[in-house]
Amino acid sequence: MLLEISAFLVLEKLILVAIILGISLFIAMYSTYAERKLAAFIQDRRGPNRAGIFGILQPLADGGKLFFKEEIIPEYANKFLFILGPAIFMITACMTSAVIPWGSTLHIFGKDISLQVADVNIGILYIFGVVSLGVYGIMVGGWASNNKYSLLGTIRAASQIISYELAMGLSLIALLMITGSLSLKDIVEQQSHGVWYIVYQPIGFLIFLVCAFAECNRTPFDLAECDSELVMGFHTEYSSMKLGFYLFAEYINMFISSAVMVTLYFGGYNFPGMHSLHVSPNTLTILGVIAFFVKIFIFLFFFIWVRWTVPRFRYDQLMKLGWKMLIPLAILNLLITGALMLYLHH
Amino acid sequence: MSLPTILFWILAVISILSAIGVVVAKNPVHSVLLLIVTFFTITGFYILLNAQFLAVVHIIVYAGAIMVLFLFVIMLMNLNASGEPQKNNLVKFAGVVAGGLLLIVLVAALKKADTGMLIQGSTNIGLIQNLGKVLFKDFVLPFEVSSILFLSAMIGAIVIGKKD
Amino acid sequence: MPIQNYIWLSIALFSIGVIGVLIRRNAIVIFMCIELMLNAVNLLLVAFSKYHHDASAQIFVFFIMVVAAAEVSVGLAIIVMVYRHTKSVDVNILNRLKN
Repeated sequence: MLLEISAFLVLEKLILVAIILGISLFIAMYSTYAERKLAAFIQDRRGPNRAGIFGILQPLADGGKLFFKEEIIPEYANKFLFILGPAIFMITACMTSAVIPWGSTLHIFGKDISLQVADVNIGILYIFGVVSLGVYGIMVGGWASNNKYSLLGTIRAASQIISYELAMGLSLIALLMITGSLSLKDIVEQQSHGVWYIVYQPIGFLIFLVCAFAECNRTPFDLAECDSELVMGFHTEYSSMKLGFYLFAEYINMFISSAVMVTLYFGGYNFPGMHSLHVSPNTLTILGVIAFFVKIFIFLFFFIWVRWTVPRFRYDQLMKLGWKMLIPLAILNLLITGALMLYLHH
Repeated sequence: MSLPTILFWILAVISILSAIGVVVAKNPVHSVLLLIVTFFTITGFYILLNAQFLAVVHIIVYAGAIMVLFLFVIMLMNLNASGEPQKNNLVKFAGVVAGGLLLIVLVAALKKADTGMLIQGSTNIGLIQNLGKVLFKDFVLPFEVSSILFLSAMIGAIVIGKKD
Repeated sequence: MPIQNYIWLSIALFSIGVIGVLIRRNAIVIFMCIELMLNAVNLLLVAFSKYHHDASAQIFVFFIMVVAAAEVSVGLAIIVMVYRHTKSVDVNILNRLKN
């Protein structure tokens, strides 16, 4: 039963939630640093190097600056909704991590502790639901600012996110037809003994990747906040830590979508040769977690690399790509997958 | 009282209050946001009733798509509280009385109904495997018809919304 | 928990929806009240599905959601067109159709 829970389980899950939240905040913080350093490397500069050795304390300095800046709420803004917007955006960004399997089980104190907060049987749909709620953070915040640029940025961002969710869902259905399960844990376990699903679903992965870029508002799809036309998009009027929340949540989204992609297509916490290693189960689990994070870091690097390499799309190009290319491609991928599955089944 | 019962009453109070808020809020944006709160409480009821799949689909369809469309349209029209003409108080009073009478009639009709208790404990009828089997075995034809309905709605919306 | 709790709750939500349709003039709010009524029905169907241990009711909810989504897409398109012509979403303006 859903609601029969023991105190020990609650404690275990609370600790796990705290650790995962801490790690995702920490990684989000340092991906800002990584972004600036990589941008500097690509543009042949030095990047931040004043705070600490190699500028390693730069994210802390940025965070401190955002905390102590003056907080301005515009006079004609709707105060409650103005505060609610960034809160929703941040909460939905953090909530997705609950169903991601960060590792297999650990044996501590004679108990099996699963490194996944909740193994719900509809895990991937849960992620979809939470991601689709994130758009409210943008819409509420942008509307409450009572500013033309904010409103335009909001409408752009929201229609972009809704449009790309469709292609994302369609590309996932092809994968789910192969897995036969919506639980992320099952999907990872299936990849433990077979090949990774990227082999079966290269087109699906490509569509998912493009959509993930669009969902995270990353360049080449960062039209929501294009500085050149819309000042800052939906968070034009925000300052201080509320702005910090918006910026920060985008990095958390980036981290989580990398984690989802690794889970679905790149074997999650599995790594090649893990079954031939003769180590204790606990060590294997920890190695798996490390492998998972290494894969995530590769994706984060890719996200940043693309930002400083590919120029921005125009808005009509973005919509054309989403509706006229990705969705038909995803449907085609779905049909081919279904046909192949039927053919191989007989 | 057991935990599900307590949760039921908390959710029931929130859902009724926010539903009233939808009706009385002056600003349409507030109506939309309160309706989203109502939908969240309904999702909570679905989870209490072990319909996990419907709960998530409800979030994705209603909160994630339908209400975003509403919000979108309201933002594009830039409606605000002052713009809406109010019905006069007599009509409002008559509306409330009519609705209240409907409530009373329904309650009176169902008061003596022979009903029992909901079985506590988990059932697996709300799981996706089970629903999928029922949907594609017993309800295949309605399912296909509903896809045609969707297609026609999509085309209809485009035809209506097109600038001519 | 008696199933009647769910019956009373969905009756209340449905009646609130009806009152909303009767007393508001903003077409979008009326539309939202219709969604509220549909959801009250959905809730009752899911409760009955658990009560009778039958999955068909949940499939009905599924179809109601489908119909609601289709209805919203067409309905909002109509409202947007009305707004484009009259600069208002007041339902009382629509009685001018007769001219």
